[in-house]
Amino acid sequence: MLLYRAYAKLILKVLNRQTRAMINPIENLNKLFDSRIRLGIMSALMVNADVSFNDLKELLTITDGNLASHLKALEENGIIKVQKGFIGRKTNTTYLATKTGEKAFRAHIEALEKMIRSTK
Amino acid sequence: MTGQQQSLDDLQHIKKMMERSSRFISLSGLSGIAAGTCALIGAIVAYPYVYGHKDIFVDAAAGNELVRTGHFSVILYTWLFWIAAFTFAAAVISAFIFTYIRSKKQHIPLWGTTARRLMINVAIPLIVGGLFLIKLIQANDIGLIAPACLIFYGLALVNASKYSLNELRYLGYGQLILAVINLKFMGYGFYFWAIGFGVLHIVYGAVMWTRYEKE
Repeated sequence: MLLYRAYAKLILKVLNRQTRAMINPIENLNKLFDSRIRLGIMSALMVNADVSFNDLKELLTITDGNLASHLKALEENGIIKVQKGFIGRKTNTTYLATKTGEKAFRAHIEALEKMIRSTK
Repeated sequence: MTGQQQSLDDLQHIKKMMERSSRFISLSGLSGIAAGTCALIGAIVAYPYVYGHKDIFVDAAAGNELVRTGHFSVILYTWLFWIAAFTFAAAVISAFIFTYIRSKKQHIPLWGTTARRLMINVAIPLIVGGLFLIKLIQANDIGLIAPACLIFYGLALVNASKYSLNELRYLGYGQLILAVINLKFMGYGFYFWAIGFGVLHIVYGAVMWTRYEKE
């Protein structure tokens, strides 16, 4: 009985979210990903286990300071994690997406897709 | 609508960034055409030594002496070895040049994480294949050399497709199919080799070039 109720609740929750998204897809667009650079960072972290600071810099062709500020914003919101390691004696800072971050970015992509479909 | 256009642009940007960060995408179709052409020229030069009656030894006296003693270094005294080595070097260098030009056009650095990943994964089947080929030559199993080349190279390409352009997979399948057919027609390895390394490369390169690079 308890299991059944939990199941029903879950279905309601999913349905509720879907109708809401249908009415207003923009609602699901995440403000955190409202920049080309952050989209780029997240795209790279979604398809790689981890990406180093330098590789991100090359990929996005931006300055250290600019990249660092975007990374900081994403980190503070729990979207990405920082890993400090060493290659030989050199420090090697890599970044990876958190579970929350992956989920949020997927939702963002879905919202973008819905935007395209809904206005067609 | 601008909102729609914006979303579409964002999605395309995401796709591009995912590809750029995980795959080596600068590989040029012209590299395929160049490498295939080198292979065909190499095959034409080598033909009279394989099926014709040209003496295969650069230095006949030294060659025959080594054959008598059965030493493996005899291979260094054959024309075929040097033709093969030269063909390989020419193919790699010409392929490199066109890919270098394309990476410059795309503003992607040639050497990076994606290039390294691709190199390692291509090298694994090729190095093992090379060792296997040396053993085949030592065992005098000449008929198996061409199909073995095609098999290891085909597997390397299928593996490479995960770290570079997806279409490399089909070039790999082509080499593997040729190798299997070759096993049914032993003695014609030379022709299968020329089709695989020459014709297939050129066809693949031409298709890729018209699809992605032609302006």
